[in-house]
Amino acid sequence: MVTTTTSPTSRRPQGSAAVVQRRRSGEFRKSIAPTAMLWSIAILTLFPLLWFLLSSFKTGGDLFTYPLSLLPREWSLDGYARALERVDFVRYFTNTFVVAALTTALTVFFCATTGYALAKYKSPWLSVLALCILSTTMLPGEVILSPMFSVIKNLGLYNSLGGIVLPSILTPTGVFMFRQFFITVPDELLDSARIDGARELTIFFRIMLPIAKPIVLTLAIISFQWRWNDYIFPLIVLNNPKNFTLQIALRQLIGAQNIDWAILLAASVLSIIPLVVIYLVFQKYITGSDVDAGLKD
Amino acid sequence: MTVPPLEVRPAADTKHATGKGPASLPAPRPRRRPRYFFSTFALTAGVVVLFLLFFIWPGALGVMYSFTSYRGFGDLKFIGLDNYAALASDPAFYAAVGRTLVYAVFSVPLSCALSLVMAVALVNARARGKIGARIIFFLPWLVSPIVTGVIWRWMFGESFGFVNFIITSLGGGALPWSSNADLSLFVVILASAWAGAAFNMLLFIAALNNVPKSHYEAAELDGANAWQRFVSITLPGIAPTTLLVVLLSTLGHMKEFAMIQALNNGGPGTENQLIVQYIYQTGFAQSKVGYASAASMVLLLILMVIAAAQLIISKRSRAW
Repeated sequence: MVTTTTSPTSRRPQGSAAVVQRRRSGEFRKSIAPTAMLWSIAILTLFPLLWFLLSSFKTGGDLFTYPLSLLPREWSLDGYARALERVDFVRYFTNTFVVAALTTALTVFFCATTGYALAKYKSPWLSVLALCILSTTMLPGEVILSPMFSVIKNLGLYNSLGGIVLPSILTPTGVFMFRQFFITVPDELLDSARIDGARELTIFFRIMLPIAKPIVLTLAIISFQWRWNDYIFPLIVLNNPKNFTLQIALRQLIGAQNIDWAILLAASVLSIIPLVVIYLVFQKYITGSDVDAGLKD
Repeated sequence: MTVPPLEVRPAADTKHATGKGPASLPAPRPRRRPRYFFSTFALTAGVVVLFLLFFIWPGALGVMYSFTSYRGFGDLKFIGLDNYAALASDPAFYAAVGRTLVYAVFSVPLSCALSLVMAVALVNARARGKIGARIIFFLPWLVSPIVTGVIWRWMFGESFGFVNFIITSLGGGALPWSSNADLSLFVVILASAWAGAAFNMLLFIAALNNVPKSHYEAAELDGANAWQRFVSITLPGIAPTTLLVVLLSTLGHMKEFAMIQALNNGGPGTENQLIVQYIYQTGFAQSKVGYASAASMVLLLILMVIAAAQLIISKRSRAW
C-alpha cells in the first residue's frame, strides 16, 4: 500500500485502536491540499482557453457588451460562418496538412535512421555528426533568416511548399530521441540477427524500426504539432496566397488595421481543432514522459 | 580542398568504401566487428545532406553576407566590418537586444517555475484527478504561437478584455495593457510561460520520478517538513534537468517571434521589438540583407555564449 511511503504533512498521533479507520480518513484529508493545488493550476491553465473558446460563440455585439459574461448571452455561430466565408479554410487546411504530414514522415524516417546509426555503429565521423546535429539546437536555422531565404531561393524552392518542408526535416530532438532509445536495445539482438545472416539495413527496417514504434509515434505527434504551428519559414518562403498555411492566413487577420474579433476568434478555434483531435487520440504517447529520453543527454 | 572537411569527408569516405563494400560485407563473422561503411553511410547520408544544405550553407552565406552590403540582388560588394560598426552604433539594435534580454530574464524563471510547480503537483501521490489535470496542462502546448498571441491579446484587451473587466469591476482603473510598453511585455511573458510550460513539465516529471524515494523517507524520519524536503532533496536531485530546461528555454525565448507578432507586433511602436523581429524587419521589410545577416551573427554569438556559460556551470557543479 501507499500508506507507508512519504507523506507531505504527516504529524498525526500514531498507534491506538482504530488505526485503519483513522488512516483512511487521514488519507482523504491529506489528499485535499495536493488535489486543490493541482486543480487550481489546471483551472488557471484552462481559463484563457476557455474564455477564448466561449467568446468565439458570442455574437459580434455580445463580445463588446459590458458587463462581460463568461457564457455567451446568445449562442451564435455567426463568427464561424463569417470566418468560413472570409478565409479559404479548405485550401489552408489542405496546405498545412500536406506540409505537416510530409515533413513529419520525413522527419521520423531520417531521425530514426540517424539515431540508429549514432547508437549502434562506431566511427569517429559519427561522433562528429552527433556534435553537428547537437549544435543545431544551439544555433537554430530560423535565426539566420536572410541567408536561409537565399538558400531556399537558390534551390528553386521559393514560394513552394517544398521550401518549408525540406529545411524543417532535421530536428536534433528527434535524432536524439531515437539514439537514446536504440542505445537501450541490447546489442545481442543485433548480433544474433547478424549471425542469422541478416543484412544491416534489413535488421534496421525489419527488427529495429518496429520495436521503436512508441518513439516513432511520439516523434510523429510532436513533429506534426511543430509543423502545423510553424510560422517563420512559411512567412519568408511563401508569397502566393494560394500556398499559404493556416498560421500565415491567421496572421493576416491580425495584421488588419481593425481586427474583426468575431472572425479572428472563430478562425483561431478552427485552426486548433485537428491538433486537439490528434492529441486526445494519442495522448498517452505525448504525456507518457518518454519524450525526455531524447533531450536528457 | 581539405579545409572544410569535417562534414564533407564522411560522405566521401564512405562512398569510397561502398565500392568494395559488397565484397567484404556479406560474410559478417560473429566476433569481428567490421565498420559497416555502407550501412552507416546509407543511414546517415540524408541527414548529412540536410545538415549541409540547411545549416552549413546558410551559416556560411550569413557570415559572408555580413561583410557585404548585399540587398538581395546584384553582386556582392564587400565592405569589411562596416555592418558590424553600424550595428554597434544603431540604437534600434541595442533596444531590440536589450528588450530581448529583459524578456528572457523575466520569462525564463517564470516558465521554469511554472512547469516545475505543474510537475510537482502531478507527481504527488496523493493528488486526485491527475489524468484530467495532465490533459489540461498539455492543451496550451497544442496552441500555435500565433493563436497564443490571439488568446492573450483577447484576455488583456484594453477596453473589452477580461482582465481589465475584472479590475474595473473590483473598483480599479483599467490598465493600458497594449499602450504601455512594460505592461505589454508583461503580457507577453505570461503568455510565453503559459504556452511553454507543458513541454518542460515532461522533463521535470521524469526527473522528479528519478529522485530516490529513500531519501525522502530518511528526511522524514529526521523530522524534515515538506518544504525542507523539497528544498534539500528535490531541488538538488533535479538540478541537471533544471539546467537543461533553463538552457532550452533561454534559447527558445531569445528567438521568440511568432507569438509576439500576434500579441502586440512588437508594440507599442517598436518598443517591444525583439531581436528576431528586428532581423526580419531589416532583412525583409527593408531588404538590408547584409546588415540583417550581421545582426544574425551577433545573435548567434549571444546564443553560443549563453549555451557555453550554462554548460560550464553545469560541468562545474557536476550536474551532467
